[in-house]
Amino acid sequence: MTGRMKRWDIWSLITFVIFAGYMIFLALPLFMLLIKSFFDGTTGDFSLAYFTKFFSKAYYMNAVWNSIKVTVSVTVLSMLVAGPLAYIMTIAKIKGSGTVRILILISSMSAPFIGAYAWILLLGRNGVITNFIFDVFGFRMPDIYGFSGILLVLTLQLSPLIFMYVSGALKNVDNSLMEAAESMNCTGLRKMWKILVPLITPTLLAGGLLVFMRAFADFGTPMLIGEGYRTVPVLIFNEFISEVGGDDGFAAAISVIVVLFATAVFLLQKFVANRKSYSMSALNPIEPKKLKGIANAAAHVYVYLFTILAMMPQAYVAYTSFQKTSGKIFVDGYSLDSYRAAFAKVGDSIYNTFIMAGITIVIITLAAVLIAYVTVKRKGAVANLLDTFTMLPYIVPGSILGIALLVTFNKQPLVLSGTAVILIAAFVIRRLPYTIRSSAAVLHQVNDSIEEAAISLGASTMRTFFKITVPMMISGVFAGAIISWISIITELSTSIILYTGNTRTMTVAVYTEVVRGNYGVAAALSTLLTAITVLSLLLFFKLSGKKEVTM
Amino acid sequence: MSVAISFQEIVKKYGDTTVIPELSLDIQKGEFFTLLGPSGCGKTTLLRMVAGFNSIEGGALAFNEKVMNDVPPGKRNIGMVFQNYAIFPHLNVSENVAFGLQNRKVSKADQQRRVSDILNTVKIDIYKDRMPKNLSGGQQQRVALARAIVINPDVLLMDEPLSNLDAQLRVDMRNAIKSIQREVGITTVYVTHDQEEAMAVSDRIAVMKSGVIQQVGSPRDIYQRPANLFVATFIGRTNVIDAKLEIGTDGEASVVVGRDYSLPMLALQSQVKPGESVAVRISVRPEEFVLSEDGRGLAGKVVNNVFLGLNTHLVVKLDNGQEVEIIQQSAANDEVNIGQTVRLAILSETINVYDASGERNLNRGTRI
Repeated sequence: MTGRMKRWDIWSLITFVIFAGYMIFLALPLFMLLIKSFFDGTTGDFSLAYFTKFFSKAYYMNAVWNSIKVTVSVTVLSMLVAGPLAYIMTIAKIKGSGTVRILILISSMSAPFIGAYAWILLLGRNGVITNFIFDVFGFRMPDIYGFSGILLVLTLQLSPLIFMYVSGALKNVDNSLMEAAESMNCTGLRKMWKILVPLITPTLLAGGLLVFMRAFADFGTPMLIGEGYRTVPVLIFNEFISEVGGDDGFAAAISVIVVLFATAVFLLQKFVANRKSYSMSALNPIEPKKLKGIANAAAHVYVYLFTILAMMPQAYVAYTSFQKTSGKIFVDGYSLDSYRAAFAKVGDSIYNTFIMAGITIVIITLAAVLIAYVTVKRKGAVANLLDTFTMLPYIVPGSILGIALLVTFNKQPLVLSGTAVILIAAFVIRRLPYTIRSSAAVLHQVNDSIEEAAISLGASTMRTFFKITVPMMISGVFAGAIISWISIITELSTSIILYTGNTRTMTVAVYTEVVRGNYGVAAALSTLLTAITVLSLLLFFKLSGKKEVTM
Repeated sequence: MSVAISFQEIVKKYGDTTVIPELSLDIQKGEFFTLLGPSGCGKTTLLRMVAGFNSIEGGALAFNEKVMNDVPPGKRNIGMVFQNYAIFPHLNVSENVAFGLQNRKVSKADQQRRVSDILNTVKIDIYKDRMPKNLSGGQQQRVALARAIVINPDVLLMDEPLSNLDAQLRVDMRNAIKSIQREVGITTVYVTHDQEEAMAVSDRIAVMKSGVIQQVGSPRDIYQRPANLFVATFIGRTNVIDAKLEIGTDGEASVVVGRDYSLPMLALQSQVKPGESVAVRISVRPEEFVLSEDGRGLAGKVVNNVFLGLNTHLVVKLDNGQEVEIIQQSAANDEVNIGQTVRLAILSETINVYDASGERNLNRGTRI
């Protein structure tokens, strides 16, 4: 009995405008990318040459295998590391577990390539730990560069996502389910395997997909620590950007293949997850208990070890940012030289980041409120399509979106390349989903009758929206906006494609300084980023009253 | 200003499915009118058509003489109380109640006066600064009611307003609603599936089933002379028994139950000719059975016996295998043992006789 009167009203207009925005800044660029991949760059004729080239040369296929190897290993390893971590944190009392959770969260929010460069400083050829071990034990550590380095960095970076997903799911498992199992004499590992694992499998898969997509799309890590271990994003970047012999069309063709592959994985995950998903909400969540003896010690060691490893890059980078430098080299003693140098050399990137991320977040907040409302409360064909559009950024890697925007807006009628507008557009498209999701989550809990009550009391559609609906959504909106904000200031893969001298962001500056070997400046900027992230998170906790984040 | 509401051959469709086919009904000015029926009968749909939240696919809905079909909800001057109250959680009690007045451009001073008056009426003035989450269910209910009537609506609409309250509070609140409605004198349309609640509050009740009104009448009419077997079984408890209607050669009607238990019926209307008989079904309420002392009546065996203080409920299995319910006032030494054989007499003045399909009440004076 919820039939709602369909009228052409202000909401139809809003839906239309947002829809048009998505068409111009997402659908059109992806379409252009597709066109570009199927037409020869010089003659303009239809051609499959790019695709044949890609699939026929071992050089390219090698990159594909590398990518798949990295992505699958990272995903599996992250699940193996983070699943038990979440389980331990749920059932066992761990000293300082609140702090541990926040640290794990912070570690997941930094840009992955910062992890890569920190681990180079620690375990690289001239790394602190490498040298220490050589000095003390007299042997050389195995090489960190290449596959193993990427695996280490991405696993530590991405397993927190799975940890957060699985922790969330475990919190919704009612303890009486465990007790019921025990009452039927199903205990210990068997209980875990028979009851808990099936219940959290859908969540584990969802988290796994997120890790898979991020690992697959990550460009900074293999670029820095890969040293010739070429993955697909590196390939695309090189083909597109490289000063000699760069080829837009070929980069487009690889992008198309990547997007198709990502879509297939996405659909597969959805299919599997839909077939076995449970809706749970626990009246009596599982209470952490104090473990005894060896189990207790082991649980603590595992949790602390992971936390230390995860936080290590940021902690070490922050430490080095205060070291004295002489030229590009760290020397003994402490100073703020690196910060002075950072502000002097790349101060504009800090300014750019704040301005662009600031504008982006305003647009995101507005758009997310409206989109969440349209997709939750005004169901229909257009709303469904809009919902799909907002999901696309999950499967289109950032660098590919960057390339798509560039090939679309580097010529008339709309020249945006090189401007802040194109970066902001990319940021909005990519980071909108976080805010939409958290806004929609709140909106789902707002009963339709609340709005009907306002309307029956004589309020107009817009007055109802702004006076009643928006105030009820606002906590979710802000919470999502903060997460979007953090993910914008730490994002690299799109900005590195789209930036020019005037629109350099902090992450781009960190990346270029690392590549140039200016570790002091890079460390100072990274530490600033971490500080902003932590402050934003604190604000998030305050506003949302929660101690966790859903991605 | 209260209005009369008239439904003229109103039709509601969802796609190709007709949920309400050509329904006509008149609700009088100032009346407390209840739409009663099982879930899915279309009562809420009908209410939401009055509110303007559901479109109307045919016929006319009029307040007094004015057709309202295309007037948007906000312009109908209705007050609505929702099943889940729909209290705005971010506004306090006074702000909630004042919301409708603000939309009507009432002056600040007037707003304050009217809000405090109505909070007095519904007896929650001491909570005026509280946030909704700090109110009990009953208090939230009162806020919802105050918010709906403070705007002086033409019609007050209530959609199962008590279904979220516990039993005792439900009884208290329905009395409160009834007395507030009487005080304000506003035309009220009330939806419920609880027949006892409907009887307690309503001036008139429409019993609905599958989008069709089965009977409209006062609580007394509907209980005592149900228009058909659906109404008879939906309102209160009853035993439906197959019987035979015989018209004697002298034209006197009687109903024969069981083998030879004959009850003279004085006020039946039927087309049966003298000397003939026809199959009918009779509805006998549990209190219309009495344990017979003179040996006349239906023979049966007691299969259950529940003492409830004031009343004692008996279940008796008749000779034909049917089980019937009996309620009798408990007396000092009236214990009937399970397994005991009894004879049941029927109080023929108050029972209802239906045609074999159960669609038509044959008692004269049944109002439909």
